[in-house]
Amino acid sequence: MRTIEQYLPDHPFFEGLDAPTLALIAGCATNISLAAGEYLCHEGDAADHFFVVRRGRVAIEVHGPAAGTLVLDTADEGDVVGWSWLVPPYVSTFDARAAEASGVVAFDGACLRGKCDTDAHLGYELMKRVTQVMNGRLVAAQMRLLDLYGGPGATDASPR
Amino acid sequence: MPRLAEPTAVQPVESAMVPRLFRLVDRRQDTADTFTIMLEPNDGVPLAFIPGQFTMLSAFGVGEVPISVSGDAHVAGPLQHTVRDVGAVTHALARTAVGDVMGVRGPYGTGWDVADGHSRDVVFVGGGIGLAPLRPAVLEVLAHREDFGRVVLMYGARSPEELLFVDELKQWEDQGMEVLVTVDYGRESWQGRVGLVTKLIPRAGFDPRSTLALICGPEVMMRHTALALVGRGVRSSRIRVSLERNMRCGVGLCGHCQYRELFVCVDGPVLPYAQVTGLLGLREV
Ligand SMILES: Cc1cc2nc3c(=O)[nH]c(=O)nc-3n(C[C@H](O)[C@H](O)[C@H](O)COP(=O)(O)OP(=O)(O)OC[C@H]3O[C@@H](n4cnc5c(N)ncnc54)[C@H](O)[C@@H]3O)c2cc1C
Ligand code: FES
Repeated sequence: MRTIEQYLPDHPFFEGLDAPTLALIAGCATNISLAAGEYLCHEGDAADHFFVVRRGRVAIEVHGPAAGTLVLDTADEGDVVGWSWLVPPYVSTFDARAAEASGVVAFDGACLRGKCDTDAHLGYELMKRVTQVMNGRLVAAQMRLLDLYGGPGATDASPR
Repeated sequence: MPRLAEPTAVQPVESAMVPRLFRLVDRRQDTADTFTIMLEPNDGVPLAFIPGQFTMLSAFGVGEVPISVSGDAHVAGPLQHTVRDVGAVTHALARTAVGDVMGVRGPYGTGWDVADGHSRDVVFVGGGIGLAPLRPAVLEVLAHREDFGRVVLMYGARSPEELLFVDELKQWEDQGMEVLVTVDYGRESWQGRVGLVTKLIPRAGFDPRSTLALICGPEVMMRHTALALVGRGVRSSRIRVSLERNMRCGVGLCGHCQYRELFVCVDGPVLPYAQVTGLLGLREV
């Protein structure tokens, strides 16, 4: 398996960042192995990390009194999990659980946002990338609201 | 004075509107609201169709609806339709029992034309009940697997319980198709993917420069999927979608299915995405 330093430049999330910035980010990163069912974070936890899945699958879950536990999204190889580390109040908004044995790179978000506060360029670059992750999740949530495969003609003329 | 042309032999309108009688010989409940019916013609003459075509199915005394054929076009056997129970007519069809008789007109409309994908990669994207109209095309490709490059199915449904043809999906994988499935919501016990079907597109193994893509599902899903495929490099002229519009005659006479200049019943339902790019998602006229 490639080291984190080797892996980062090819990952779309980090694409375009210069070598010193990548080195800095890699310095804040650790490889973590998870057994199936192990949690990366829980809703309400301090959001001090974000993750990139290297193998396996991570389920993004929420819980409700009526709905019980609902998996809203899954992150597979290459997907980024977590944005709350860069958005005040830095609190996790979901649970993230390894749906199967998985490997992730965990980034120390608390350390990185400290650096972002003093380096506006780094802050902007990371904020741009995190916004894309958020946007992806927002579009997915919007589409789910449309309940495309649900009731007949739920959103358009088509029931299928 | 020039003579008027002799009238050519055309099928009288009345006969195009008269259904043939078919008997329900078998029935399978696929999900809570979706079922597959197998029909044999009372007159013994099988109904030949090409993948992508639909028939007008009538539940006598209730009404008639367009439903795509979901069976194998090249294997003799009952005519097969997979139907989602959404309203008056589909509900009446859902209540039919083995031995009951229903009306069938058709087959009508255009097909997927999978032969156009020979020597190329073929990508199927189905959403919800949209996998049913794609199934005959999938079966055709898999029956001639060696004629095609990589073959991929991306399939999205609302929940794991609403996935269609689950056992067959495994067989299709064994027959050399990459099958990627995702659902909108899953319970903790679901180990598969959750998320939009479009999320699968960057992961699927196909060469966008040499791909025929066939999409069937709700229009919003087809629009987003087509955009994502174009984004990956598939030419819009190599993408086909199957459109749905309310239908009455099914043969281009009544105008019920009109979609700007198109009559979906005769010009479609399968149309090149390039031809309907601006129309997808439009309300009916
Ligand atoms: C070419 C074609 C192929 C189709 N293939 C299949 C198939 O393989 N399997 C399948 O289950 N369904 C298929 N459909 C959809 C099917 O025709 C409709 O679900 C059916 O007409 C609904 O009739 P109903 O009397 O049961 O419901 P209705 O009582 O007519 O309608 C119930 C509700 O659904 C809405 N609705 C239902 N169908 C349509 C529609 N076509 N356009 C706009 N609004 C609609 C109505 O607005 C209403 O709210 C296809 C449609 C077309 C045009
Ligand atoms: S359904 Fe009558 S013209 Fe198409």
